[in-house]
Amino acid sequence: MRDYTRRGFLATAGRAGALLLAGSTALGQAARAADDPVLAGRPLVRYPEKTDLILLTSRPPQLETPMKYFDRAITPNEAFFVRYHVFPIPTSVDLGTWRLKVHGRVDRPLTLSLDDLRTKFPRVRVVAANQCSGNSRGRFNPRVLGGQWGDGAIGNAEWVGARMRDILSAASVRQGAVQVTFDGLDKPAFPTVPDFVKSLDVTRIMADPDVIVAYQMNGQPLPMLNGFPARLIVPGWYATYWVKHLFEIEVIDSVFEKFWMKPGYRIPDTPCGCVEPATVPTRTVPITRMPVRSFIATPEPGARVGVGQPVTMKGIAFDGGYGINEVQISSDSGVTWRRVPLGSDLGRYSFREWSVTWTPPGPGQHRLMVRAFNGIGESQGTRPLWNPPGYLRNVIEYVDVQAG
Amino acid sequence: MRIAIAWLLAALAVGSAGAEEKRIILPPDHEHARLKVGPGSDVTHTQCQLCHSTDYIVMQPPGDAKQWEGVVTKMIKVFGAPLSEADAKIITEYLARSYGPPS
Repeated sequence: MRDYTRRGFLATAGRAGALLLAGSTALGQAARAADDPVLAGRPLVRYPEKTDLILLTSRPPQLETPMKYFDRAITPNEAFFVRYHVFPIPTSVDLGTWRLKVHGRVDRPLTLSLDDLRTKFPRVRVVAANQCSGNSRGRFNPRVLGGQWGDGAIGNAEWVGARMRDILSAASVRQGAVQVTFDGLDKPAFPTVPDFVKSLDVTRIMADPDVIVAYQMNGQPLPMLNGFPARLIVPGWYATYWVKHLFEIEVIDSVFEKFWMKPGYRIPDTPCGCVEPATVPTRTVPITRMPVRSFIATPEPGARVGVGQPVTMKGIAFDGGYGINEVQISSDSGVTWRRVPLGSDLGRYSFREWSVTWTPPGPGQHRLMVRAFNGIGESQGTRPLWNPPGYLRNVIEYVDVQAG
Repeated sequence: MRIAIAWLLAALAVGSAGAEEKRIILPPDHEHARLKVGPGSDVTHTQCQLCHSTDYIVMQPPGDAKQWEGVVTKMIKVFGAPLSEADAKIITEYLARSYGPPS
Protein backbone atom coordinates (compact mmCIF):
# COMPACT_ATOMS: atom_id res chain seq x y z
CA MET A 1 0.00 0.00 0.00
CA ARG A 2 2.77 2.39 0.90
CA ASP A 3 4.64 1.51 -2.22
CA TYR A 4 1.56 2.04 -4.35
CA THR A 5 1.09 5.48 -2.82
CA ARG A 6 4.69 6.40 -3.52
CA ARG A 7 4.44 5.34 -7.15
CA GLY A 8 1.33 7.43 -7.47
CA PHE A 9 3.31 10.40 -6.26
CA LEU A 10 6.17 9.72 -8.61
CA ALA A 11 3.80 9.43 -11.53
CA THR A 12 2.25 12.76 -10.62
CA ALA A 13 5.54 14.41 -9.98
CA GLY A 14 7.20 13.36 -13.19
CA ARG A 15 10.87 14.14 -12.90
CA ALA A 16 10.42 16.13 -9.73
CA GLY A 17 11.42 14.58 -6.43
CA ALA A 18 9.35 12.53 -4.07
CA LEU A 19 9.21 12.85 -0.34
CA LEU A 20 9.44 9.49 1.27
CA LEU A 21 8.07 9.47 4.75
CA ALA A 22 9.31 7.28 7.51
CA GLY A 23 6.93 4.45 8.14
CA SER A 24 5.56 3.45 11.47
CA THR A 25 6.97 0.76 13.64
CA ALA A 26 5.22 -2.55 13.37
CA LEU A 27 4.33 -2.63 17.02
CA GLY A 28 4.16 -5.89 18.83
CA GLN A 29 5.76 -7.90 16.06
CA ALA A 30 8.63 -10.12 17.03
CA ALA A 31 11.57 -10.16 14.66
CA ARG A 32 11.62 -13.94 14.35
CA ALA A 33 11.40 -16.95 16.57
CA ALA A 34 11.53 -15.54 20.08
CA ASP A 35 14.01 -18.23 21.08
CA ASP A 36 16.69 -16.86 18.75
CA PRO A 37 18.93 -15.15 21.30
CA VAL A 38 20.30 -12.68 18.75
CA LEU A 39 16.98 -11.49 17.36
CA ALA A 40 14.86 -11.76 20.52
CA GLY A 41 13.36 -8.44 21.54
CA ARG A 42 14.38 -6.63 18.38
CA PRO A 43 11.43 -4.86 16.75
CA LEU A 44 10.40 -4.92 13.12
CA VAL A 45 10.48 -1.37 11.78
CA ARG A 46 9.58 0.32 8.53
CA TYR A 47 11.92 2.91 7.04
CA PRO A 48 11.52 4.97 3.86
CA GLU A 49 11.48 2.79 0.72
CA LYS A 50 11.71 -0.29 2.94
CA THR A 51 9.38 -3.01 4.11
CA ASP A 52 9.38 -4.36 7.68
CA LEU A 53 13.00 -5.07 8.60
CA ILE A 54 14.65 -6.08 11.86
CA LEU A 55 16.06 -3.09 13.72
CA LEU A 56 19.69 -3.24 14.77
CA THR A 57 20.20 0.47 15.48
CA SER A 58 18.15 3.60 14.89
CA ARG A 59 20.90 6.15 14.43
CA PRO A 60 22.64 5.67 12.14
CA PRO A 61 20.00 3.33 10.76
CA GLN A 62 20.98 -0.32 10.58
CA LEU A 63 18.34 -2.78 9.48
CA GLU A 64 18.49 -6.49 8.93
CA THR A 65 16.64 -8.60 6.36
CA PRO A 66 14.35 -11.32 7.77
CA MET A 67 15.47 -14.83 6.74
CA LYS A 68 12.21 -15.45 4.86
CA TYR A 69 13.50 -13.32 1.97
CA PHE A 70 16.34 -15.75 1.32
CA ASP A 71 14.04 -18.32 -0.25
CA ARG A 72 14.87 -16.69 -3.62
CA ALA A 73 17.98 -15.58 -5.47
CA ILE A 74 17.18 -11.87 -5.78
CA THR A 75 16.55 -9.85 -2.62
CA PRO A 76 13.85 -7.21 -3.20
CA ASN A 77 15.13 -3.62 -2.84
CA GLU A 78 12.58 -2.91 -0.13
CA ALA A 79 13.89 -5.86 1.92
CA PHE A 80 17.59 -5.20 1.34
CA PHE A 81 19.57 -4.68 4.56
CA VAL A 82 20.92 -1.28 5.66
CA ARG A 83 24.25 -0.57 7.28
CA TYR A 84 25.90 2.77 8.06
CA HIS A 85 28.95 3.73 10.08
CA VAL A 86 28.53 7.39 10.95
CA PHE A 87 25.72 9.86 11.48
CA PRO A 88 24.25 11.94 9.97
CA ILE A 89 23.53 10.05 6.78
CA PRO A 90 22.30 11.69 3.58
CA THR A 91 18.52 12.08 3.59
CA SER A 92 18.28 14.10 0.41
CA VAL A 93 20.23 14.01 -2.83
CA ASP A 94 19.58 16.36 -5.72
CA LEU A 95 20.78 14.95 -9.03
CA GLY A 96 20.91 18.48 -10.35
CA THR A 97 23.88 19.16 -8.10
CA TRP A 98 25.24 15.68 -7.24
CA ARG A 99 28.54 15.01 -9.00
CA LEU A 100 31.08 12.20 -8.86
CA LYS A 101 34.53 13.71 -8.67
CA VAL A 102 37.56 11.71 -9.86
CA HIS A 103 40.90 13.29 -9.04
CA GLY A 104 44.35 12.79 -7.53
CA ARG A 105 47.09 11.05 -9.52
CA VAL A 106 45.31 11.40 -12.85
CA ASP A 107 45.97 13.45 -16.00
CA ARG A 108 42.31 14.28 -16.60
CA PRO A 109 40.29 14.90 -13.44
CA LEU A 110 36.58 14.20 -13.98
CA THR A 111 33.38 15.65 -12.63
CA LEU A 112 30.55 13.34 -13.63
CA SER A 113 26.81 13.81 -13.36
CA LEU A 114 24.57 10.76 -13.11
CA ASP A 115 23.71 11.25 -16.79
CA ASP A 116 27.44 11.24 -17.59
CA LEU A 117 27.78 7.92 -15.77
CA ARG A 118 24.83 6.52 -17.68
CA THR A 119 25.80 7.77 -21.14
CA LYS A 120 29.57 8.20 -21.32
CA PHE A 121 30.54 4.71 -20.20
CA PRO A 122 29.43 1.26 -21.35
CA ARG A 123 26.50 0.06 -19.28
CA VAL A 124 27.34 -3.20 -17.57
CA ARG A 125 25.43 -5.51 -15.24
CA VAL A 126 26.48 -7.92 -12.55
CA VAL A 127 24.40 -9.94 -10.13
CA ALA A 128 26.28 -9.98 -6.86
CA ALA A 129 25.77 -10.72 -3.20
CA ASN A 130 26.46 -7.93 -0.74
CA GLN A 131 27.28 -9.13 2.77
CA CYS A 132 28.37 -7.13 5.79
CA SER A 133 31.72 -8.31 7.18
CA GLY A 134 30.06 -8.70 10.57
CA ASN A 135 27.02 -10.60 9.36
CA SER A 136 26.11 -13.15 12.09
CA ARG A 137 28.48 -11.50 14.59
CA GLY A 138 25.82 -11.92 17.26
CA ARG A 139 26.38 -15.68 17.04
CA PHE A 140 30.07 -15.58 17.95
CA ASN A 141 31.07 -17.55 21.03
CA PRO A 142 32.76 -16.17 23.03
CA ARG A 143 30.78 -13.08 22.10
CA VAL A 144 32.50 -10.03 20.65
CA LEU A 145 31.76 -6.31 20.70
CA GLY A 146 30.21 -4.68 17.65
CA GLY A 147 26.91 -4.70 15.80
CA GLN A 148 25.13 -7.83 17.01
CA TRP A 149 23.78 -8.90 13.63
CA GLY A 150 21.79 -12.06 13.12
CA ASP A 151 22.16 -13.55 9.63
CA GLY A 152 20.33 -10.86 7.68
CA ALA A 153 23.09 -8.35 6.90
CA ILE A 154 23.15 -9.67 3.39
CA GLY A 155 21.33 -9.35 0.07
CA ASN A 156 21.71 -10.16 -3.61
CA ALA A 157 20.80 -7.83 -6.45
CA GLU A 158 21.32 -7.13 -10.11
CA TRP A 159 23.53 -4.06 -10.26
CA VAL A 160 23.88 -1.89 -13.36
CA GLY A 161 26.46 0.81 -13.78
CA ALA A 162 29.77 1.92 -15.23
CA ARG A 163 32.98 -0.08 -14.90
CA MET A 164 35.36 1.46 -12.40
CA ARG A 165 38.28 0.69 -14.72
CA ASP A 166 36.60 2.58 -17.57
CA ILE A 167 36.25 5.58 -15.28
CA LEU A 168 39.92 5.35 -14.28
CA SER A 169 40.93 5.00 -17.93
CA ALA A 170 38.91 8.10 -18.83
CA ALA A 171 40.73 9.97 -16.05
CA SER A 172 44.08 8.58 -17.24
CA VAL A 173 45.84 7.31 -14.14
CA ARG A 174 49.44 8.46 -13.78
CA GLN A 175 52.48 6.27 -13.30
CA GLY A 176 53.13 5.53 -9.65
CA ALA A 177 49.47 5.38 -8.63
CA VAL A 178 48.94 2.68 -6.00
CA GLN A 179 45.42 2.84 -4.63
CA VAL A 180 42.07 4.47 -5.20
CA THR A 181 39.98 5.82 -2.32
CA PHE A 182 36.20 5.99 -2.27
CA ASP A 183 34.20 8.47 -0.20
CA GLY A 184 30.44 8.75 0.23
CA LEU A 185 28.12 11.56 1.27
CA ASP A 186 27.71 10.18 4.80
CA LYS A 187 29.74 12.56 6.96
CA PRO A 188 30.11 12.42 10.74
CA ALA A 189 28.68 15.30 12.77
CA PHE A 190 31.97 15.85 14.60
CA PRO A 191 35.23 16.35 12.70
CA THR A 192 36.96 14.06 15.21
CA VAL A 193 34.94 11.05 14.05
CA PRO A 194 36.76 9.22 11.22
CA ASP A 195 35.02 9.71 7.87
CA PHE A 196 34.04 6.47 6.16
CA VAL A 197 36.55 6.10 3.32
CA LYS A 198 37.68 2.82 1.75
CA SER A 199 40.42 1.93 -0.71
CA LEU A 200 41.21 -0.61 -3.42
CA ASP A 201 44.45 -1.25 -5.30
CA VAL A 202 44.60 0.29 -8.78
CA THR A 203 45.68 -3.13 -10.11
CA ARG A 204 42.63 -4.76 -8.49
CA ILE A 205 40.30 -2.37 -10.29
CA MET A 206 42.03 -2.54 -13.68
CA ALA A 207 42.04 -6.36 -13.62
CA ASP A 208 38.38 -6.74 -12.70
CA PRO A 209 35.63 -5.68 -15.14
CA ASP A 210 32.98 -6.47 -12.52
CA VAL A 211 33.97 -3.65 -10.15
CA ILE A 212 31.41 -1.02 -11.08
CA VAL A 213 29.82 2.22 -9.94
CA ALA A 214 26.17 1.15 -9.85
CA TYR A 215 23.28 3.55 -10.38
CA GLN A 216 20.64 0.84 -10.71
CA MET A 217 19.60 -1.97 -8.38
CA ASN A 218 17.16 -4.63 -9.57
CA GLY A 219 16.02 -2.35 -12.38
CA GLN A 220 15.35 0.67 -10.15
CA PRO A 221 17.31 3.64 -8.84
CA LEU A 222 19.02 2.68 -5.59
CA PRO A 223 16.92 3.19 -2.46
CA MET A 224 18.31 6.10 -0.47
CA LEU A 225 19.33 3.77 2.36
CA ASN A 226 21.25 1.55 -0.05
CA GLY A 227 23.35 4.40 -1.44
CA PHE A 228 21.35 6.58 -3.85
CA PRO A 229 22.36 7.76 -6.38
CA ALA A 230 25.42 5.54 -6.91
CA ARG A 231 27.50 3.06 -4.96
CA LEU A 232 30.61 1.04 -5.56
CA ILE A 233 30.08 -2.66 -6.29
CA VAL A 234 32.99 -4.99 -5.51
CA PRO A 235 31.63 -8.46 -6.32
CA GLY A 236 32.95 -11.26 -4.16
CA TRP A 237 34.30 -8.92 -1.52
CA TYR A 238 32.55 -7.95 1.69
CA ALA A 239 30.17 -4.99 1.70
CA THR A 240 32.61 -2.73 3.55
CA TYR A 241 34.10 -1.83 0.14
CA TRP A 242 30.73 -1.11 -1.47
CA VAL A 243 30.76 2.60 -0.58
CA LYS A 244 27.30 4.17 -0.72
CA HIS A 245 26.32 7.66 -1.94
CA LEU A 246 29.66 7.77 -3.73
CA PHE A 247 30.81 11.29 -4.57
CA GLU A 248 34.60 11.34 -4.48
CA ILE A 249 37.18 9.00 -5.98
CA GLU A 250 40.83 9.82 -5.47
CA VAL A 251 43.84 8.10 -7.00
CA ILE A 252 46.77 8.08 -4.57
CA ASP A 253 50.41 6.98 -4.67
CA SER A 254 50.43 5.11 -1.38
CA VAL A 255 48.47 2.52 0.59
CA PHE A 256 45.56 4.23 2.32
CA GLU A 257 45.51 3.43 6.03
CA LYS A 258 42.94 5.68 7.66
CA PHE A 259 40.61 4.28 10.32
CA TRP A 260 38.17 2.18 8.27
CA MET A 261 41.06 0.41 6.49
CA LYS A 262 43.35 0.27 9.53
CA PRO A 263 42.66 -0.69 12.29
CA GLY A 264 39.05 -1.10 11.09
CA TYR A 265 37.90 -4.06 9.00
CA ARG A 266 40.93 -6.27 9.45
CA ILE A 267 41.21 -10.00 10.00
CA PRO A 268 43.97 -12.16 11.47
CA ASP A 269 46.74 -12.78 8.91
CA THR A 270 46.26 -16.56 9.12
CA PRO A 271 45.01 -18.99 6.41
CA CYS A 272 41.55 -19.16 8.03
CA GLY A 273 41.37 -15.51 9.07
CA CYS A 274 40.80 -16.87 12.54
CA VAL A 275 42.57 -17.32 15.86
CA GLU A 276 41.96 -19.44 18.95
CA PRO A 277 38.84 -18.09 20.67
CA ALA A 278 39.50 -15.18 23.03
CA THR A 279 43.05 -14.63 21.73
CA VAL A 280 44.52 -11.71 19.81
CA PRO A 281 46.17 -12.07 16.37
CA THR A 282 49.81 -11.02 16.00
CA ARG A 283 49.29 -9.62 12.50
CA THR A 284 46.21 -8.46 10.62
CA VAL A 285 45.29 -7.76 6.98
CA PRO A 286 42.27 -6.04 5.43
CA ILE A 287 39.20 -8.27 5.06
CA THR A 288 38.47 -9.03 1.39
CA ARG A 289 36.78 -12.08 -0.17
CA MET A 290 33.76 -13.85 1.27
CA PRO A 291 33.92 -17.57 2.12
CA VAL A 292 31.18 -20.02 1.12
CA ARG A 293 27.88 -19.71 2.98
CA SER A 294 24.43 -21.23 2.68
CA PHE A 295 21.14 -20.74 4.48
CA ILE A 296 17.79 -22.45 4.98
CA ALA A 297 15.03 -19.84 4.56
CA THR A 298 12.19 -22.27 4.95
CA PRO A 299 11.08 -24.08 7.05
CA GLU A 300 11.83 -21.67 9.84
CA PRO A 301 13.24 -22.71 13.22
CA GLY A 302 10.70 -24.40 15.43
CA ALA A 303 8.30 -25.06 12.55
CA ARG A 304 5.82 -27.89 13.17
CA VAL A 305 5.72 -30.42 10.37
CA GLY A 306 3.72 -33.61 9.84
CA VAL A 307 5.25 -37.10 9.90
CA GLY A 308 5.17 -38.52 6.39
CA GLN A 309 4.10 -35.21 4.90
CA PRO A 310 6.54 -33.64 2.42
CA VAL A 311 8.07 -30.31 3.43
CA THR A 312 9.57 -27.91 0.88
CA MET A 313 13.00 -26.73 1.94
CA LYS A 314 14.35 -23.59 0.26
CA GLY A 315 17.32 -21.36 0.61
CA ILE A 316 20.37 -19.82 -1.00
CA ALA A 317 24.12 -20.39 -1.25
CA PHE A 318 26.92 -18.11 -2.40
CA ASP A 319 30.65 -17.50 -2.17
CA GLY A 320 33.26 -14.90 -3.04
CA GLY A 321 33.24 -15.40 -6.81
CA TYR A 322 34.06 -18.99 -7.78
CA GLY A 323 30.37 -19.78 -8.00
CA ILE A 324 28.35 -22.46 -6.25
CA ASN A 325 28.75 -25.96 -7.73
CA GLU A 326 26.83 -28.00 -5.24
CA VAL A 327 24.47 -27.68 -2.27
CA GLN A 328 23.78 -30.53 0.12
CA ILE A 329 21.34 -31.00 2.96
CA SER A 330 21.33 -33.32 5.92
CA SER A 331 18.28 -34.27 7.98
CA ASP A 332 20.16 -36.40 10.51
CA SER A 333 22.38 -33.80 12.22
CA GLY A 334 25.09 -34.08 9.58
CA VAL A 335 25.64 -37.85 9.52
CA THR A 336 24.55 -38.21 5.89
CA TRP A 337 24.23 -35.58 3.16
CA ARG A 338 22.41 -35.46 -0.13
CA ARG A 339 22.78 -33.21 -3.12
CA VAL A 340 19.85 -30.89 -3.82
CA PRO A 341 18.66 -29.28 -7.08
CA LEU A 342 19.89 -25.78 -7.79
CA GLY A 343 18.00 -22.86 -9.33
CA SER A 344 19.24 -21.00 -12.38
CA ASP A 345 22.81 -19.70 -12.46
CA LEU A 346 22.76 -15.89 -12.31
CA GLY A 347 26.53 -15.58 -12.30
CA ARG A 348 29.43 -16.54 -10.10
CA TYR A 349 28.91 -13.70 -7.59
CA SER A 350 25.18 -14.26 -7.17
CA PHE A 351 23.11 -16.14 -4.64
CA ARG A 352 22.26 -19.59 -5.99
CA GLU A 353 18.78 -20.67 -5.11
CA TRP A 354 18.17 -24.25 -4.03
CA SER A 355 15.01 -26.17 -3.24
CA VAL A 356 14.21 -29.73 -2.23
CA THR A 357 11.44 -31.77 -0.67
CA TRP A 358 12.06 -33.53 2.62
CA THR A 359 9.64 -35.88 4.33
CA PRO A 360 9.88 -36.22 8.12
CA PRO A 361 10.34 -39.95 8.74
CA GLY A 362 9.16 -39.96 12.34
CA PRO A 363 7.97 -37.81 15.23
CA GLY A 364 10.17 -35.53 17.33
CA GLN A 365 12.84 -32.95 16.60
CA HIS A 366 14.78 -33.05 13.34
CA ARG A 367 17.89 -31.03 12.63
CA LEU A 368 18.03 -29.84 9.02
CA MET A 369 21.46 -28.66 7.86
CA VAL A 370 22.80 -27.13 4.66
CA ARG A 371 26.27 -26.79 3.19
CA ALA A 372 27.59 -25.65 -0.17
CA PHE A 373 30.69 -26.20 -2.31
CA ASN A 374 32.13 -23.58 -4.64
CA GLY A 375 33.98 -23.84 -7.94
CA ILE A 376 37.30 -24.67 -6.29
CA GLY A 377 35.90 -27.16 -3.80
CA GLU A 378 35.77 -24.86 -0.79
CA SER A 379 32.94 -25.55 1.63
CA GLN A 380 31.82 -24.85 5.18
CA GLY A 381 32.97 -26.25 8.49
CA THR A 382 31.11 -27.93 11.31
CA ARG A 383 32.81 -25.75 13.93
CA PRO A 384 32.62 -21.97 13.77
CA LEU A 385 35.86 -20.04 13.30
CA TRP A 386 36.58 -17.17 15.67
CA ASN A 387 38.29 -13.77 15.44
CA PRO A 388 38.07 -10.67 17.65
CA PRO A 389 36.05 -8.43 15.28
CA GLY A 390 33.45 -11.12 14.55
CA TYR A 391 34.01 -11.43 10.79
CA LEU A 392 33.96 -14.22 8.17
CA ARG A 393 31.39 -16.48 9.83
CA ASN A 394 30.57 -19.38 7.52
CA VAL A 395 29.85 -22.38 9.73
CA ILE A 396 27.25 -24.92 8.53
CA GLU A 397 23.81 -23.57 9.44
CA TYR A 398 20.86 -25.59 10.66
CA VAL A 399 17.19 -25.35 11.50
CA ASP A 400 15.46 -27.54 14.07
CA VAL A 401 11.88 -28.50 13.31
CA GLN A 402 9.29 -30.51 15.22
CA ALA A 403 7.50 -33.41 13.54
CA GLY A 404 4.31 -34.71 15.08
CA MET B 1 0.79 12.64 3.72
CA ARG B 2 -0.08 16.33 3.97
CA ILE B 3 3.57 17.15 4.48
CA ALA B 4 4.43 15.12 1.41
CA ILE B 5 1.97 17.03 -0.74
CA ALA B 6 3.19 20.38 0.57
CA TRP B 7 6.76 19.46 -0.14
CA LEU B 8 5.91 18.18 -3.57
CA LEU B 9 4.15 21.38 -4.50
CA ALA B 10 7.13 23.35 -3.27
CA ALA B 11 9.44 21.20 -5.38
CA LEU B 12 7.27 21.64 -8.45
CA ALA B 13 7.10 25.38 -7.83
CA VAL B 14 10.88 25.65 -7.75
CA GLY B 15 10.93 23.40 -10.79
CA SER B 16 14.50 23.75 -12.05
CA ALA B 17 14.75 21.96 -15.38
CA GLY B 18 15.92 18.36 -15.13
CA ALA B 19 16.21 18.49 -11.37
CA GLU B 20 15.57 15.16 -9.70
CA GLU B 21 15.70 14.97 -5.97
CA LYS B 22 15.17 12.12 -3.59
CA ARG B 23 14.41 12.95 0.01
CA ILE B 24 13.56 10.79 2.99
CA ILE B 25 12.66 11.41 6.61
CA LEU B 26 14.12 9.10 9.22
CA PRO B 27 12.07 7.95 12.19
CA PRO B 28 13.19 8.92 15.70
CA ASP B 29 15.33 6.62 17.83
CA HIS B 30 13.36 3.50 18.74
CA GLU B 31 12.17 3.11 22.32
CA HIS B 32 13.27 -0.48 22.67
CA ALA B 33 16.83 0.74 23.16
CA ARG B 34 16.16 2.80 26.31
CA LEU B 35 18.93 2.54 28.85
CA LYS B 36 18.25 0.89 32.22
CA VAL B 37 17.52 3.59 34.78
CA GLY B 38 20.13 3.94 37.50
CA PRO B 39 22.91 6.17 38.80
CA GLY B 40 24.68 7.61 35.76
CA SER B 41 22.01 6.66 33.20
CA ASP B 42 21.13 10.31 32.50
CA VAL B 43 24.74 11.30 31.82
CA THR B 44 25.25 8.18 29.72
CA HIS B 45 22.15 8.84 27.65
CA THR B 46 22.94 12.51 27.14
CA GLN B 47 26.55 12.00 26.14
CA CYS B 48 26.33 8.81 24.09
CA GLN B 49 23.29 9.76 22.04
CA LEU B 50 25.10 12.82 20.72
CA CYS B 51 26.63 10.50 18.13
CA HIS B 52 24.50 7.33 18.10
CA SER B 53 21.28 5.78 19.35
CA THR B 54 21.50 3.79 22.55
CA ASP B 55 20.75 0.45 20.89
CA TYR B 56 24.50 0.42 20.23
CA ILE B 57 24.90 0.05 23.97
CA VAL B 58 22.11 -2.29 24.96
CA MET B 59 22.88 -4.88 22.27
CA GLN B 60 26.50 -5.43 23.31
CA PRO B 61 27.55 -8.55 25.17
CA PRO B 62 27.53 -8.02 28.94
CA GLY B 63 30.97 -6.98 30.12
CA ASP B 64 32.94 -6.09 33.19
CA ALA B 65 34.46 -2.70 33.99
CA LYS B 66 37.48 -3.51 31.83
CA GLN B 67 35.33 -4.09 28.74
CA TRP B 68 33.31 -0.90 29.24
CA GLU B 69 36.37 1.17 30.04
CA GLY B 70 37.83 -0.04 26.76
CA VAL B 71 34.67 0.96 24.91
CA VAL B 72 34.51 4.42 26.48
CA THR B 73 38.22 4.99 25.81
CA LYS B 74 37.72 3.98 22.17
CA MET B 75 34.85 6.45 21.86
CA ILE B 76 37.11 9.22 23.16
CA LYS B 77 40.39 8.34 21.46
CA VAL B 78 39.19 6.93 18.15
CA PHE B 79 35.83 8.61 17.63
CA GLY B 80 36.65 11.87 19.39
CA ALA B 81 33.74 11.80 21.83
CA PRO B 82 33.82 15.13 23.71
CA LEU B 83 33.70 13.53 27.18
CA SER B 84 35.16 15.02 30.34
CA GLU B 85 37.20 12.69 32.52
CA ALA B 86 34.50 12.85 35.19
CA ASP B 87 31.71 11.92 32.77
CA ALA B 88 33.81 9.12 31.27
CA LYS B 89 34.15 7.65 34.75
CA ILE B 90 30.43 7.96 35.49
CA ILE B 91 29.55 6.33 32.17
CA THR B 92 32.03 3.48 32.59
CA GLU B 93 30.73 2.73 36.08
CA TYR B 94 27.11 2.92 34.96
CA LEU B 95 27.72 0.53 32.05
CA ALA B 96 29.65 -1.99 34.12
CA ARG B 97 26.91 -1.92 36.77
CA SER B 98 23.96 -2.04 34.38
CA TYR B 99 25.36 -4.13 31.54
CA GLY B 100 27.85 -6.26 33.42
CA PRO B 101 28.26 -10.02 33.42
CA PRO B 102 25.55 -11.98 35.25
CA SER B 103 26.62 -12.35 38.88
